[in-house]
Amino acid sequence: MNRTLIAALALSSLIFPAFAETIQERAAPCLACHGERGTSGTENTPSLGGQQAPYALIQLFMFREKLRAFEPMNEMAKSLTDDDLRLFSDFIATLPKPVPPSDAADAARMARGEALARQNRCNTCHNTDYSGKENVPRIANQREDYLAKTLAEYKDNSRHGYDATMADVMQTVARDQIGDLAHYLAHHR
Amino acid sequence: MISISSVSRRVLLAGAVFGAFTLAAAAQQPASPPASGAAPAAQPLPPGSPLIGRPDSEAAAKLAPVAPPPIPTQADKLPLAKLKVPAGFNIEVYASGMANARSLALSDKGTVFVGSRLVDKVYAITDKDGKRSVKVIASGLYRPNGVAFKDGTLYIAELSKISKIEKIDEFIDNPPKPTVIYDKLPKDEAHGWKFIAIGPDNKLYVPVGQPGNNVLHDDDHGQIRRINLDGSGAEVYALGVRNTVGFDWNPETKQLYFTDNGRDWLSETVPEDELNRVTKAGEDFGAPFCYQGNIIDQELGWGKNCKDYTAPVGLMGPHTAALGMRFYTGSMFPKTYKNVIFVARHGSWNKSQKQGGDVVLVKLNKDGTVKSVEPFLTGFIEDNKYVGRPVDVMQLKDGSLLVSDDWNGAVYRITYGKQKVAAK
Repeated sequence: MNRTLIAALALSSLIFPAFAETIQERAAPCLACHGERGTSGTENTPSLGGQQAPYALIQLFMFREKLRAFEPMNEMAKSLTDDDLRLFSDFIATLPKPVPPSDAADAARMARGEALARQNRCNTCHNTDYSGKENVPRIANQREDYLAKTLAEYKDNSRHGYDATMADVMQTVARDQIGDLAHYLAHHR
Repeated sequence: MISISSVSRRVLLAGAVFGAFTLAAAAQQPASPPASGAAPAAQPLPPGSPLIGRPDSEAAAKLAPVAPPPIPTQADKLPLAKLKVPAGFNIEVYASGMANARSLALSDKGTVFVGSRLVDKVYAITDKDGKRSVKVIASGLYRPNGVAFKDGTLYIAELSKISKIEKIDEFIDNPPKPTVIYDKLPKDEAHGWKFIAIGPDNKLYVPVGQPGNNVLHDDDHGQIRRINLDGSGAEVYALGVRNTVGFDWNPETKQLYFTDNGRDWLSETVPEDELNRVTKAGEDFGAPFCYQGNIIDQELGWGKNCKDYTAPVGLMGPHTAALGMRFYTGSMFPKTYKNVIFVARHGSWNKSQKQGGDVVLVKLNKDGTVKSVEPFLTGFIEDNKYVGRPVDVMQLKDGSLLVSDDWNGAVYRITYGKQKVAAK
């Protein structure tokens, strides 16, 4: 996929919000990577469907302020106003929840992942069905590659959280446990 | 000074071995899920997990750290009308639009510096001929929570380094980048953000929190250090400190008083946050073995005795997050306020009914212990939700009191007497 082209198109559409352009029209470039119906088909790119609006707002803010470093998103967000951020995050929350992956889950990995999720009390913040709440993201049926990447980045603190919570939690999760956790959450039903 | 390092390393090592065992055991578990009926009990949390003590109950599942909205609240939408102060006092908005406004410092020219924790900026509120304005004086910093001012120089504490900008008031419109004076600090996210202040001994006091909710740690954590203003001469001043985000010196005795936040998940009602007093360098305040002076930790306290640690001079409420605190030495407030301590309580998350989220007034006995804790500024909690969260307090030269609010990105000013609205 030509990411630069998409980012460029996306940028032009974000910078020049044509008169009376709807949020659906403005968000089209976002959904080109993140998935039309809330489920992303793009490698390492999160599904946005059913995401908590306060969490989405925080992430868009962090991209705009370069507190979260990922160049395509930093570019996309840099000219957005505070009202734009709210508009996009509210819109994201209305997208349909991501669909569970079609490939069959590996039973052994699911059992290990479930035990880890229960052991580490992921449901404390992410809700009993992992749908998230407020500033805490939905992680149920998120893309497995993105979950694994994100957990690893929180563990080595290369992704800075808005606050310290995930860096703190991941201190006691071993590197080789991340794959099973991601597999379980991605396939959670 | 006691050396806890060898003990804690051994225990940490034991934890790692234990962790490896449980891991191996988990890996060998049969893949098939349990046949039917009740779900199996969850494995114990890994050693050092921030969630240790958290029961697997519905009530506990509702509790999680609360994050503020990222965008500061517009001045006209601030919850000013909801905030209550005692009769005779007034509260107004001093400045707004500063995302995640946290710790406060004051220059001798009257500039107010404001740190932040969740964004990368330090702000300055200047007051020129009655015209107040806010500007960003440093950005691209990492969790620059702490600010302090002395002899023209602004000191900034990021997560793992201290830097300074000299003659800040002269360069306020175009300040140079801060230069680092001290960076021999751990990089932990947990309790890594810092409050800083300069003591009567002209040294900079720098806390290093414990790297987790309730954890054993090495010699570099769980303490307050002091350093010379050029970054040299670092020494440990207080031990057994879990996470202090506010301190000040008693104007009469010159002793350091500091707030310290108790651990999470022990219960709804204990431990209470502490107000501590250092009477001599090297004192140990007990965390993570003893909390609030009389609770031996149920997990890490075995073999320990609270008598071996300095007890707090006062208790500040369970999970209330007592943060910024300053002695009041001004003359604007009534005489009974002389040398009282104002303490900003950020407010609880680890408690079903939120508590704190206010500024309280702490009066001391002659012997320096706490006589009373009374509400002073309230109204930040509505229907068990925050409409604002106080972080720091600071007296201005005229004796009025500033209060920062990181939820709304604002600073309020409290005055006494016939309302003199600060010039706009």
